[in-house]
Amino acid sequence: MSVLEVKDIKKAFGKTEVLKGISFSLEKGEVLVIIGSSGSGKTTLLRCLNFLETADEGTISVDGKLLFDGDMSSLSDNQIRENRLHFGLVFQNFNLFPQYTVLQNVTLAPTLLKKNGAQEIEENARQLIKRVGLIEKLNNYPCELSGGQQQRVAIARALALNPDILCFDEPTSALDPELTGEVLKVIKGLKSKDSTMIIVTHEMEFAKNVADKVIFMADGVIEEMGTPQEVFDNPRSPKTQHFLSKSMEEF
Amino acid sequence: MEPLLNAVKGKFMFLSVTLDLLRGFYETFKVFGLTLLFALPLGLVIAFGSMSKFKPLSFLVKTFVWIIRGTPLMLQLIAFFYGPGLLFGMRAMPRFTAVMVAFVINYACYFSEIYRGGIEGIPRGQYEAGQVLGMTKSQIFFKVVLLQVIKRIVPPMSNEIITLVKDTSLARIIAVYEIIWNAQSYIKSDGLIWPLFYTAAFYLVFCGGLTLLFGYIEKKLSYFRS
Repeated sequence: MSVLEVKDIKKAFGKTEVLKGISFSLEKGEVLVIIGSSGSGKTTLLRCLNFLETADEGTISVDGKLLFDGDMSSLSDNQIRENRLHFGLVFQNFNLFPQYTVLQNVTLAPTLLKKNGAQEIEENARQLIKRVGLIEKLNNYPCELSGGQQQRVAIARALALNPDILCFDEPTSALDPELTGEVLKVIKGLKSKDSTMIIVTHEMEFAKNVADKVIFMADGVIEEMGTPQEVFDNPRSPKTQHFLSKSMEEF
Repeated sequence: MEPLLNAVKGKFMFLSVTLDLLRGFYETFKVFGLTLLFALPLGLVIAFGSMSKFKPLSFLVKTFVWIIRGTPLMLQLIAFFYGPGLLFGMRAMPRFTAVMVAFVINYACYFSEIYRGGIEGIPRGQYEAGQVLGMTKSQIFFKVVLLQVIKRIVPPMSNEIITLVKDTSLARIIAVYEIIWNAQSYIKSDGLIWPLFYTAAFYLVFCGGLTLLFGYIEKKLSYFRS
């Protein structure tokens, strides 16, 4: 059974239709990479999955459980919060909490949600921070870290809640080019048979490398979907071909 | 003999003026302290009102803030003291109460705008980060946003609070005997003008202390950048 099942998601802001019916499913352990030009709806799709935006129509199910049936008004605040916990989200701008140390950033949410005992939460957080390679920065504040380091903390923070599906919204777009590598390496290192991820990115080489499944979005629809080989090496749609030739262009 | 006598008398005069002004400053301090005590929380309530998504409420609150910030505090003092009697034939409030009502409402409105600026200045990403981590609205406000708001509002707040110290002198307009009133009475009774200028020392020392305090708070909060 698919871990994530998205059916016919539609979303408009005023008169602008941003998502015009998006459907896809994802198996446990799969990495889905979404590519497409700016304004194609990639970010809005992630935000709908994380309930930061409310889709106008469509359904979202995780592990066969219907989280969203096209009508948000039937959901209480608490239900929305519970739904969100199936997903994690790493933002383009990291959005670490500036007044907390690296360790506190990672432990805050699990502590507030009373996921575990304090000691367990901290032990788990230390392990995650070690995993993203920042154990020596445990007690530093975000302003003392580079962008790449901040993004790695943000990844550890998202992992601390153990989400079913971890989403990345252009995780390296706000970084200096020399810092993108360290973040991409960490994301790639997360790939395993039980971590399901959705990554929106403009890093084509990385996408090709890490993806099990690729979606190319254009104008609010899925223009092309397939394995990296299918989408990157033999794109069928002229739009995909055009986009790829533009983004792979060498100077 | 005469000069010596004058010198001794002068010394006693200085002492008695100082004590008298201290008594006046106690009144000044009471207006200052009580205004802060009530206006700081009331300002937050007004700020939430003006940010409300319920349009009629935010319109009403914004209009109120406009009226209070758009008219002189001196006029408001007179209005609160004489207004109820003139308009409805009610008995006037005690003078000190009228001063407190006017000061608390006036300063709450100014504080509310500072709070609003501080709260609206927090990037949306901070709220969203809290949301995707499954926090409740109040957890996001108290655990994520509040300290960042405080850090942002300390400089404008300290400015406003130091202004309040000196605005307390307006209380004399409805005959509340604060320090300036006490000092001025020496002009009539003893023909002395210097006690009036002497009050500046009291204000300066007090504001100096506040400046140090706010500097300390700013420094305490400088460990993070928001």
